[in-house]
Amino acid sequence: MIDWFHPSILFIFGACLIPFLRGRVQQVYLLLIPALAIAAVFFMSQGSFWTYSFLGNPLIFGKVDKLSVVFAWVFTIMSFIGMVYALHVKDSGQHVAAFLYVGGSLGVTFAGDYFTLFIFWELMAFASAYLIFARREKKAIESAYRYILVHIFGGVCLLGGIILHYANTKSLAFGPLPQDGSLSFYLILTGFILNAGVPPLHAWLTDSYPEATITGSVFMCSFTTKTAVYVLVRAFPGTELLVYMGTVMALYGVVYAVLENDCRRLLAYHIVSQVGYMVAGVGIGTDLSLNGSVSHAFAHILYKSLLFMGAGAVIQMTGKRKLTELGGLYKTMPITLVLYMIGGFAISAFPLFSGFVTKSMVVSGAAHDHRPLIALLLTMASAGTFLHTGLKLPYYMFFAKDSGIRAKEPPTNMLVAMGLAAFMCIAIGVLPEQLYRLLPFPVHFEPYTGDHVTSALGILMFTGLGFFMLLKKLDPEPTVSVDTDWVYRKGSRIFMWFANKPLAGGDGYISNIYNTWFTKYTLKISYFLARVFDVRIIDGLVNGVAAFFIKSAKVIRVSESGLVRNYAFTMLLGTVLIITYYLFAY
Amino acid sequence: MIKAIVDFFGNPEHKKTRNMMGYIALVVVFASDFFVHRAHAIYIWDKIPGWGAFYGFVSCVLIIIVSKFLGHHGIMKEEDYYDD
Repeated sequence: MIDWFHPSILFIFGACLIPFLRGRVQQVYLLLIPALAIAAVFFMSQGSFWTYSFLGNPLIFGKVDKLSVVFAWVFTIMSFIGMVYALHVKDSGQHVAAFLYVGGSLGVTFAGDYFTLFIFWELMAFASAYLIFARREKKAIESAYRYILVHIFGGVCLLGGIILHYANTKSLAFGPLPQDGSLSFYLILTGFILNAGVPPLHAWLTDSYPEATITGSVFMCSFTTKTAVYVLVRAFPGTELLVYMGTVMALYGVVYAVLENDCRRLLAYHIVSQVGYMVAGVGIGTDLSLNGSVSHAFAHILYKSLLFMGAGAVIQMTGKRKLTELGGLYKTMPITLVLYMIGGFAISAFPLFSGFVTKSMVVSGAAHDHRPLIALLLTMASAGTFLHTGLKLPYYMFFAKDSGIRAKEPPTNMLVAMGLAAFMCIAIGVLPEQLYRLLPFPVHFEPYTGDHVTSALGILMFTGLGFFMLLKKLDPEPTVSVDTDWVYRKGSRIFMWFANKPLAGGDGYISNIYNTWFTKYTLKISYFLARVFDVRIIDGLVNGVAAFFIKSAKVIRVSESGLVRNYAFTMLLGTVLIITYYLFAY
Repeated sequence: MIKAIVDFFGNPEHKKTRNMMGYIALVVVFASDFFVHRAHAIYIWDKIPGWGAFYGFVSCVLIIIVSKFLGHHGIMKEEDYYDD
């Protein structure tokens, strides 16, 4: 009996088999693995498992507590729903990428040390990038390159922070970081909030999610930002900066959603907005607000994927993605519309839908922590959420002017997946206790009080009134919105111009000076050295020595007569001379 | 059944009925806020009946106007803005 089994193993090693399976067998396999992962989470006991020593540091693959288990629940459930939605896709590469992506998320969720976390963190980034590349269109490929570059930047920040943290503390254990304002603190925070999509580091999200494949974007909207929320809850609870960042985020997404014309990009801006609640909840840092962040992440994954599935179904069946080109689809896609609207009600926090029982926890957390302005601004953002996701998008997609498109309902598997997500959205809203029991902190929270229900309905219904009164102003316009990705999309051109004109020009100028002044004289000197010094002196010396020996040899040859008596006479003469020298010298 | 419900919301024939239902819902929601027990109120505005309705409406109008203003003053660009 094994006491713990890592669900990432199922996904990461399971992914290897996918390319070898075909047709019905592959489809069964794609659903079997997530189902086994759900079972693994169900039978999981808490504790530390799979600890290995690496260079003297413990690597912990299985740190299991209530916080990691609740995220593992929603990640595995979502992987099942996402796979049902993607069953009709023939491109095995996408399934492999999705499996690796989910495996990465679960690996981060159970990581007990920063090193393990980083490895799975990078696996997520690269696996998810494939889901954008897989659309194989020019815009998607460009966007995927931007996506991967931004995530590499985030990964480098994170790794730098981890190394500094290790140098300071000699520990890699993944837990709350000391609020010391050190460089490692801010580097790790930057790595995390980049993945959470906190402005100004959020533009990768709204840039790439609408460019991913239809089924890929369903996975993407579920895992990256929510894994980031998980690590923020773990490492940065009570970080004051996050309260303000989260609140700004919640409103930032809403403002851009007003202007957006691409349906999936509009939804992506609402991811930014919704994750804002979770980030603010982490920043507030009380048990109630942290529970709020976790439960909102749980609910968000299900309703946001439902919304992406609905918009994806429309794009798949119509081939259009802009609100200005859609409309009147209610006649032929009623089931898609109803399922989408369940997601719309859930994100808007209508009573009896999931958002109501989770979002209110964050707002109450802010109110109980004596932050009236934060509570008011977050409530304002929730009015904006209903305005766009619950009203504007479905209105211009399914109603409004008739675009003349008569698209059919999407394939059954897509509808089933949407039905599963819709069921979860309602189940959580009706029976919140089931979700609350999974939350990491023991706090009692009762969402269904009379005044909470009536004031929530008041906010939503009168937002609706405002929508229909200002309908003319809201007509989508065929534009793109400039966001912080301008810096590397247009700003990079300024950089390239700078590199081409002043830098490259200056470089050429300096090269000219160098050629004129240095190269010329260097050549002259080397010419002198070659012609004069080398030929005359070096070669001359060698030649001179040789010539000397040739001349000497000619002289000496005269004495070489070959007669023994001449030699004997010379030797005798020499001996007499030496003896005479010694006799007279001493 | 789903088709009938959806058709009710989409078909222009039912516009009058829809509007009527909408107004009734607004009145009911607004009125009901006067009859609930406010044990959980933390701030002064939580104690005002109809606050949610007022704040929701103001938020909606503010979000639309401010966003569109910002959009038309720099954020929104032509669709080929990023193309070469």
